[in-house]
Amino acid sequence: MFSYCTDPSTLGGLTWLSCFLTTGVHLSFYLSFLKVLGLLAVTAPVALAFGFLGAMAARASFAPLSWLGKGYIAIVRGVPDIAFFLFFVIALDQLFEYTRHRILCPDWDQPVRQGNDFIVCQAAKLPLGSSPEWMHETYAFGLAVITFAIVFGAFAANVLFGAMRAVPRAQLETGEAYGMTQRQTFWRILVPQMWVFALPGLSNLWMVLIKATPLLFLLGIEDIVYWARELGGTKTSKFTSYPHGDWRMWYFLALLIFYLLMTKVSETLLGRLMARLTLGQATAGGEAQRKAA
Amino acid sequence: MSCIDTIQSYAFRSLGFGERLLPRSDFTLCEQVTLIGSGMIWNIYFGVFALLTGFFMATALAVAKASPRAALRKPAEWFIFLFRGSPLFIQFFFAYFLFLSLKSSYPFFGNFTAAWLGALIVLFLNTAAYSAEIFYGALQSIPKGDTEAADAYGMSGWPRFRRIVWPTMLRLAWPAYTNEAIFLFHATTLVFFSGFPAWQQRGDALYYASYFADKTFNPFVPYPILAGYFILLTLVIVSLFGLVNRHLNRHLPANTRPRLKMRMNLIR
Repeated sequence: MFSYCTDPSTLGGLTWLSCFLTTGVHLSFYLSFLKVLGLLAVTAPVALAFGFLGAMAARASFAPLSWLGKGYIAIVRGVPDIAFFLFFVIALDQLFEYTRHRILCPDWDQPVRQGNDFIVCQAAKLPLGSSPEWMHETYAFGLAVITFAIVFGAFAANVLFGAMRAVPRAQLETGEAYGMTQRQTFWRILVPQMWVFALPGLSNLWMVLIKATPLLFLLGIEDIVYWARELGGTKTSKFTSYPHGDWRMWYFLALLIFYLLMTKVSETLLGRLMARLTLGQATAGGEAQRKAA
Repeated sequence: MSCIDTIQSYAFRSLGFGERLLPRSDFTLCEQVTLIGSGMIWNIYFGVFALLTGFFMATALAVAKASPRAALRKPAEWFIFLFRGSPLFIQFFFAYFLFLSLKSSYPFFGNFTAAWLGALIVLFLNTAAYSAEIFYGALQSIPKGDTEAADAYGMSGWPRFRRIVWPTMLRLAWPAYTNEAIFLFHATTLVFFSGFPAWQQRGDALYYASYFADKTFNPFVPYPILAGYFILLTLVIVSLFGLVNRHLNRHLPANTRPRLKMRMNLIR
């Protein structure tokens, strides 16, 4: 990176460290932090949308739809979440490949499951065997995002379902008294008011989502955990110009601090958002704000 | 091999008894159920010991956090933030590599890199922090009348804590603490995926479930089996904690006793 880095073995102290921390592999390591932030940025809105749909389904008056919504909410209870992550990644992959297999290779007559193998025709492989490396990585990352969205969508559905029920009934009745249809009451009265009830649960969920991001490693993504293990391991002078001992402890300490900072920043921002949303609401928090002002 | 034989050779495989080699092909349902069940021994071991030890530390931490003295309060706050603010997965990794480097300089830490001790310590500290936050919340919501009554009886210090504050704290915290216990058991599945090696393939339930899923490319059998075991375990925990809850609230009329309510599943 820097001009003085041409022969690291002659360097010492901080200059050595500055060269070491800016090698190509370290830049990939820093890039994987962006991967985590990207996952958060994509997953949070998608999971919220899933949750909203789930909560709407659970509230529906059409019984099978309501069962579907409630089943979706209930599905992630009682079972360790990491089992869901491991399950959905394989299951989704096989679902996609099987669907493509049925469409693209209609004259295939062998069963897809043969003993211990899952075999689809070449054209149905995802991504195609001939596609470049970045396609494989993007596909794996996409699967991870969908998995996160499904699991966290169920959590969010649970929170939003509770929040919708927490909006005072009288508010909805007022809407009906004004002659609004059910759809209008839902969008104009219920949805704007439910956020203040949903926010404590959703902010909790955001914290949990942050803390769930290292599970990307289990889904086979080259994320920060992967790089911390790779870079921290003992390196001899045979393979690198920056030999060092086992530094994995320090790399994971850095990750620990990264997550603590993320938590602290989120706590502060969400606290402010909560103060903003409670303003003028008929809740204990809103009342306290009114008295303090 | 009949199912009875399979159970005989694999029921305690996770502890190292019985057949050494894991099945490699033609996996039967019986093999999967037995081996995953065998792995549950580890999940229960981690969960039970972390809960039992973590309970006492959590009580101490909660009292420290509620203390007016900053010298006690600050360390407790930092400890709780450290363990609640970072992912358990990263804590496992960090602890494992920390113990690994300590081991090379001090022989005392020889056993700490093994899952049975090292992971247990992490889980113990982690559940202590999470439970401490629950207990702290309960301490803050003890009715004023209770402590005033204690003062009126001339109680102070240790007797006041042991006879008034602590039982009320437990009573208020118990539903949330039940939840914490359930999700601690779920969190134990992370152990063998986070650095700690499964020595001689002696792993926990998820370790074996993912072994089968990898070998058969079929996640639809082992993971539902695992889910079944965990739902069963959850039911056992809920009923055991329900008994304690009934004992804690035995002085209240039946209709005002707080019910245990399942809350949603959370990752740490």
